[in-house]
Amino acid sequence: MRGQLGIRLAQVIPTLLLVSVLVFCLQQLMPGDPALVLAGEERDPAVLAQIRAELWLDRALPVQYFHWIGHVLQGDLGFSWRIRQPVAQLVLTKLPVTLQLGAMAFVIAVSIGVPLGILSAVYKNRPLDYIANGIGLAGLSTPNFWLGIMLILLVSVKLGWLPPSGYVPLTEDWRQSLATTIMPAFVLGNAISAILMRHTRSAMLIALEQDYVRTARAKGLREWVVVVRHALRNALVPVVTLGALELGTLLSGAVLTEQVFSIPGFGKLIVDAVFNRDYPVVQGVVLVTATVYVMLNLLADILYVFINPRLRAA
Amino acid sequence: MSAAILPAPAAAVLLPASPRTLAARRFCARPSAVAGLAIIVVFFVVAALAPLLAPDDPIRTSWTLIRKAPSWAHWMGTDENGRDVLSRVMFGARASLLAGVISVTIAAGIGVPLGLLAGFAGGKIDALIGRLVDAMLACPFLILAISLAAFLGPSLQNAMIAIGVSAAPAFVRVARGATLDAATNDYVEAARALGNPPWRVAVRHVLPNIVPPVTVQSTLAIATAIIAEASLSFLGLGQQPPAPSWGSMLNSAQRFLTQAPWLAIFPGLAIFLVVLSFNLVGDGLRDALDPRAK
Repeated sequence: MRGQLGIRLAQVIPTLLLVSVLVFCLQQLMPGDPALVLAGEERDPAVLAQIRAELWLDRALPVQYFHWIGHVLQGDLGFSWRIRQPVAQLVLTKLPVTLQLGAMAFVIAVSIGVPLGILSAVYKNRPLDYIANGIGLAGLSTPNFWLGIMLILLVSVKLGWLPPSGYVPLTEDWRQSLATTIMPAFVLGNAISAILMRHTRSAMLIALEQDYVRTARAKGLREWVVVVRHALRNALVPVVTLGALELGTLLSGAVLTEQVFSIPGFGKLIVDAVFNRDYPVVQGVVLVTATVYVMLNLLADILYVFINPRLRAA
Repeated sequence: MSAAILPAPAAAVLLPASPRTLAARRFCARPSAVAGLAIIVVFFVVAALAPLLAPDDPIRTSWTLIRKAPSWAHWMGTDENGRDVLSRVMFGARASLLAGVISVTIAAGIGVPLGLLAGFAGGKIDALIGRLVDAMLACPFLILAISLAAFLGPSLQNAMIAIGVSAAPAFVRVARGATLDAATNDYVEAARALGNPPWRVAVRHVLPNIVPPVTVQSTLAIATAIIAEASLSFLGLGQQPPAPSWGSMLNSAQRFLTQAPWLAIFPGLAIFLVVLSFNLVGDGLRDALDPRAK
């Protein structure tokens, strides 16, 4: 087991290095001179040359990369061109908002997706299976932002039950915080619940055909005991790890959801940075997101080894 | 005498159907997949014939028709500039379907050759491509597409490139897996033993066998690409106004949610319907082309 984890850990390092190269290359795609973007109306060649020298833009590309990655490794993600704040500080202030949203979304996704998947597998090729599959497919096909707009229209505008936008931190007023985040969390959780439902269904279908399930039934155990204690416990192994991978999808989905509900999180940070042409922030956010995603992948692999007794013994 | 000849036509009937025919039969046996395909065909026809079918010019504004609710004259109402929403939804189908098809073509164009190379060459090349794919997959799809679109500049063309590049790693994985699977077949071994050069074995004998999984991946990827294009346009990074696009229509609809909710309903329904249809066809194709995967 240690060997497997060691190999997996060793693979993470080159992946992260390649991610850093990709993120660095993003800046090279930018049409025109970054110094001109930063200078705004200023066109004095001396000022432009100074900006280029400050940002190391006048050096060769590999030199620029090593200069940049050297700072990144020390926790310095650069300086926002627009807000004039360190990118790392911006990321740290916005990340907890998205994490709260993501955690709530994940709880919602699991509570919808897993039971639907179980029902769908247990009642395979019966009306309940078709309904659960239909809900799953509809969830996969609904754009996050449209679902968000429709919920605002129904829940906030028509019924007036919840605020349509804004955010209150959990530490300030937990009730208001929940009221402002429950709708976006549902929107975010919706697509993932559909994916979880599909994973749970296929894992349960395999588990329900296994010998131990037949033995459990032959022992005369009640059907729900067979399904929950015997089949589900085994089916959850791949579901847990695949579910952990969907946390990356959550980060992606947060971009649009935060935009629709005006939540000042990680997603809104990148969108605002894109429109303000604040490229260091875009690079920083992509790098942090990718690193978080790689780490979640690693965590999922470790989790898989720990919850799977056969791999643990190996 | 004639009775003795009779068994011949019966034997002809018993000839096994080709895998393609069997797959087509399995696909047609799924009503949801056939319905999905029919809806996609309708959307393509509407997109292609939009100038003929649309009741109005999608760009022409009218100050007397601002935010009119759906009526017989304007089935889906009018928008904040007095433009006919139905016409804009019809013309918007062009941007969405074009973005879906072109970005997936870009993704498959990059991903399939790389996946084929990785699976067929193995060793260091496979490891290098594998790490590159891992690195790209590490950046969540939409965040990568948004960053690429932001750095390339906002336009439908750049959005398609951004989505295509971001979707390519999934194609590399699918093509590599299918190549590894196909390369173990006896006929590939035989082609090698006959002295065919590796590129010829890969292109002539392995490539045709990875077409089914790539087709399934393409169909499902079009659904994702259409949502991604709508998302980028919603953020202002795709189709630029006044040209109609479902995503940008939803963006402007947000400002008039209380006064004109129909502006948000119809473009969203169009995205939902077309994406649902591609997902239904993708699921149908997967079950038809690889019954074991069911």
